[in-house]
Amino acid sequence: MARITAGIGSSHVPLMGVAVDQNKSADAYFAPIFEGYDWTRAWLAKDKPDVVILVYNDHASAFDANIIPTFAIGTGERFRSADEGWGPRPVPDVEGHPDLAWHVAQSLILDDFDMTIINEMDVDHGLTVPLSMMFGQPEAWPAKVIPLAVNVVTYPVPSGNRCWLLGEAIRRAVESFPEDLNVQIWGTGGMSHQLQGPRAGLLNREWDNRFMDGLVGDSDANRWIPHIEYLRETGSEGIEMVMWLIMRSALGSETRLLHRHYHIPCSNTAIGHMVLEPVESAPTA
Amino acid sequence: MLPTGVPDYLSDFEDIPGTRIFTASRARKGYHLNQFAMSLMKAENRARFKADERAYLDEWPMSEEQKLALLARDYNTLLDLGGNVYFLAKVFSTDGISFAEAVSTMTDMTFPQYQEMMLKGGRPAAGNRSIKGGY
Repeated sequence: MARITAGIGSSHVPLMGVAVDQNKSADAYFAPIFEGYDWTRAWLAKDKPDVVILVYNDHASAFDANIIPTFAIGTGERFRSADEGWGPRPVPDVEGHPDLAWHVAQSLILDDFDMTIINEMDVDHGLTVPLSMMFGQPEAWPAKVIPLAVNVVTYPVPSGNRCWLLGEAIRRAVESFPEDLNVQIWGTGGMSHQLQGPRAGLLNREWDNRFMDGLVGDSDANRWIPHIEYLRETGSEGIEMVMWLIMRSALGSETRLLHRHYHIPCSNTAIGHMVLEPVESAPTA
Repeated sequence: MLPTGVPDYLSDFEDIPGTRIFTASRARKGYHLNQFAMSLMKAENRARFKADERAYLDEWPMSEEQKLALLARDYNTLLDLGGNVYFLAKVFSTDGISFAEAVSTMTDMTFPQYQEMMLKGGRPAAGNRSIKGGY
């Protein structure tokens, strides 16, 4: 049976991708950002997942203003890097896992989540930057990836509680897949940032860290944070953190912290990164 | 439990200083503006736009106000007219300027001042959360 063995949270700032692509990750500006991922790269090299369910948002790349799916799952064989206006990032194609993706899609729909199913799409920095941060610059990505895109751009975006419930349903879906697979779930985006208007540049170290604290252990308090609190406290784009809740709840009722990193700034954004594993409840006698 | 009503949900959004949340009404107003920006994801369209911006804009059913704001790269006005920053980012990249530089033009700072603020920890939340509450 397939199992979700770990969860990773990470910002997906495009500039981090630029730093990788232009070999600048050791520069003075970028080194403190990338050093916080060293632990994770070493850990992933030892315990490589077969499949990553990668929760991210599309930034007007695959989805334009015409069709706005709240939750979409990529069921295709492969996904290419999107041209976001600078030409596509020079990264390998992302290989999907159609068998597991279709299983998860069906299971989620039967579990009352009305998923949009995407067979063909390009994937933008929201998905490829976390892959670069965790895996560096390989010839081919070492794991299959199931893209799970969340609308966090056009309001209303899904509530924190809805994201939490989706994560729980993803766990049920994965655990009902018969093949033995080591599956990780990654929640990406955030932390605090605002990319628009006169208030642009807002960052909130204290709030971000409180949010990260809340993902460790058995608390589910973060699921009840209303949108207006993210918007006031973490900037208009800090709302991306609802995607971390999908990752967190897919790990079950309790988590253990393996690694944590926080740095300000990267471009307009506060960088957050966490590695969590599920704490399995003791079997009842 | 009754769902939160739409007016209640939206009412707080206008109370955030210097911020335009991309609500349905902005998405409706900015639909063609944002679709224009999307078109710049294709290299051939970027080339055509750069060759004659006004002529390219005139191919889109946008308001004159939206076209003038685009020609002026007046991003705060574009937000007011329904533009969304992830769509407008296609204009930033067509112009060859970084996201941070484009974002800084929406503030009252120069780009170097904005960069310095970010290096010092960013704009604080304190005093920037609520217009009515002033906190």
